[in-house]
Amino acid sequence: MAAQLFSAVFVIIVGVGGCVAYFWGANKLVDLVFPARGVTGAAAIDSLRRQGLVRPWLFIGPALLILSVYLIYPVVETVRLSFLDRSGDAFVGLANYSWAFGDREFRISILNNLLWLAVVPATCTFLGLVIAVLTDKIWWGTLAKSLIFLPLAISFVGASVIWKFIYEYRGEGQTQIGILNAIVTGLGGDPQVWISIPFWNNFFLMAILIWIQTGFAMVILSSALRGIPEETLEAAVIDGANPFQIFWKIMIPQIRGTIAVVWTTITILVLKVFDIVLTMTNGQWNSQVLANLMFDWMFRGGGDFGRGATIAIIIMIAVLPIMVWNIRQANRETGGH
Amino acid sequence: MTSQRGSTLGRYGVHIAVLFFVIIWTIPTLGILVSSLRDKDQIIVSGWWTALSSSSQTEAGRLPAGAEAVARDGKFVLEGALFEEGDKRSISAFGITSRAPTEFDAGTIADVGDGETLQLNEDGSFIATYPQASDDKRGRRIYFSAELPPRFTTENYESVLFSEGIGRSFINSLTVTIPATIIPIMIAAFAAYALAWMRFPGRALLIAVIIGLLVVPLQMTLIPLLKLYNGVGAFFGVPSKTYLGIWLAHTGFGLPFAIYLLRSYMAGLPRELMESARIDGASDFEIFMKIVLPLSFPVLASFAIFQFLWVWNDLLVAMVFLGSGSQQLVLTGKLNALLGSRGGDWEILTASAFVTIIVPLIVFFSLQRYFVRGLLAGSVKGG
Repeated sequence: MAAQLFSAVFVIIVGVGGCVAYFWGANKLVDLVFPARGVTGAAAIDSLRRQGLVRPWLFIGPALLILSVYLIYPVVETVRLSFLDRSGDAFVGLANYSWAFGDREFRISILNNLLWLAVVPATCTFLGLVIAVLTDKIWWGTLAKSLIFLPLAISFVGASVIWKFIYEYRGEGQTQIGILNAIVTGLGGDPQVWISIPFWNNFFLMAILIWIQTGFAMVILSSALRGIPEETLEAAVIDGANPFQIFWKIMIPQIRGTIAVVWTTITILVLKVFDIVLTMTNGQWNSQVLANLMFDWMFRGGGDFGRGATIAIIIMIAVLPIMVWNIRQANRETGGH
Repeated sequence: MTSQRGSTLGRYGVHIAVLFFVIIWTIPTLGILVSSLRDKDQIIVSGWWTALSSSSQTEAGRLPAGAEAVARDGKFVLEGALFEEGDKRSISAFGITSRAPTEFDAGTIADVGDGETLQLNEDGSFIATYPQASDDKRGRRIYFSAELPPRFTTENYESVLFSEGIGRSFINSLTVTIPATIIPIMIAAFAAYALAWMRFPGRALLIAVIIGLLVVPLQMTLIPLLKLYNGVGAFFGVPSKTYLGIWLAHTGFGLPFAIYLLRSYMAGLPRELMESARIDGASDFEIFMKIVLPLSFPVLASFAIFQFLWVWNDLLVAMVFLGSGSQQLVLTGKLNALLGSRGGDWEILTASAFVTIIVPLIVFFSLQRYFVRGLLAGSVKGG
């Protein structure tokens, strides 16, 4: 362990030092090759021009290199792999895609994913908005927000352990140590094995993500609510609007853009969510989702890269509209700059 | 914002509603925190919400053989203690059949038939009497309900840290997380500055590509990268799953968001500042190091928190690029493995879960202000 600590510290120094050395060294080199100081007139202007041509690429070079290797190349390669067989040698055309849509587990995953997409972003946004509005009105609102925000710091695996404990099941007649079953039996019901009830177990898994993400929605919506000009609210009050009318007719329309951003961010997250299903059920009892199914095929029986890649492509296609929308928004924002 | 109709009832309503949400959101974490500090025998017999009260448990025991009873006052008496010295349990009731295990209250003299009596006291001491010498070689089976006073302990933590391998995983997690947080910040800061303040062809396209990469599902990159790593590993004759590999992977996955966040912040810095520095003859490198970097501290900090939490909490990347041997497992992977192998051992699971979330919680609470600022900078823009 001591050796590991030592090597960790050593590598941190080398890695970070390497980065510093690159940026500093490259700039010194540019200054040396195209000297702008100590020369005058046309030579200096020429040097500055050349520096201006080279230097931006020195700055973004490392980022571009890493992005190409870790994101751009894999995307292209995944598309290619999805047309190849399990070992990635022979071209099989659309066989993987036709397999996918004929596979029972895949269809279950698609349906479950749609269910997640329908429930999780909407619930998080709605609860986040309600809590943001409510906590803005009370003196201990900041504390309340911190506590609701807290699960965002917890890993999906940690959250899964936490919720597994909540859903813990003991046979009938035994003392229930899971709080949900304790409540149910306390009210006179029978204890349930929550995570293995087909269909409904999806909702018990979704509860975990909602628990984690509501704080995120709350923080962003709360800041958007603060940005609403006071005058519009006052005018509404003077006109005799009740709190619900103010909320639905005055506040919501003004923060529509932010609601959309929160909604899409959580939607992207839902499409990628994998850890919760892996740790809670690993897709058993009809709770499979695409991201976990893909992980499953990457390693099942030594791995089927073709089928795994195909599922990845399908996830990508699902995210595509959101990506286009995001780029449009960013372009509109940076248009003037 | 309160209207005329905001009555007293309405105001209490808001407090109650918020309290309701806070309780729902806090209970899950509180549950594992309390459980991780409880005695492992108590976790399984009572809910954590009863941790402050004694738990009762019905148990079975056996008296010594009746043949050991000694003659006294015309009867044969058997005395002794059911519990060993130092046992904190106290008995509330006892019985002699499994159908009625709590038939008699502790301390009463019970008639158990054939003239025999049995008295079992709260502290576990007992007196059994027999009308005549017994040749019973097997002692009488008795049942009792024992109360266990609440007990809190750090034993669970000691055992997960030192014998379950969580300590080792903790170090692994730190080894992964620290460089994977620092390296992307440096690379992204330079790139963000170039994209915000330097003029070069293709800039708009690069920005669009980086924003596009923001939504690439991570899963998609795994198969090609795994193949690439295997290829590189085989070519140089080194293992394909290394810390360097995972640092670079986390750097790659974190970069689009980092560049996006830092660029939009840096682009918002006052133009005059850059221009006057440029007129004074400062190069881009100097402007970046002396002006932009210090001014960007808040957003750098918020990205650092993001990336730290993200890497620390990641399971997928670590499972794929670092492997699942006990030497390399990070905390999340270890916890996942424990969920599989120690499924019902809640004393292990709750303590381990708390170890994995304690560092992010500390980071989160101490730097919450920056974290929120980063969230807002990253998400409200574009809305």
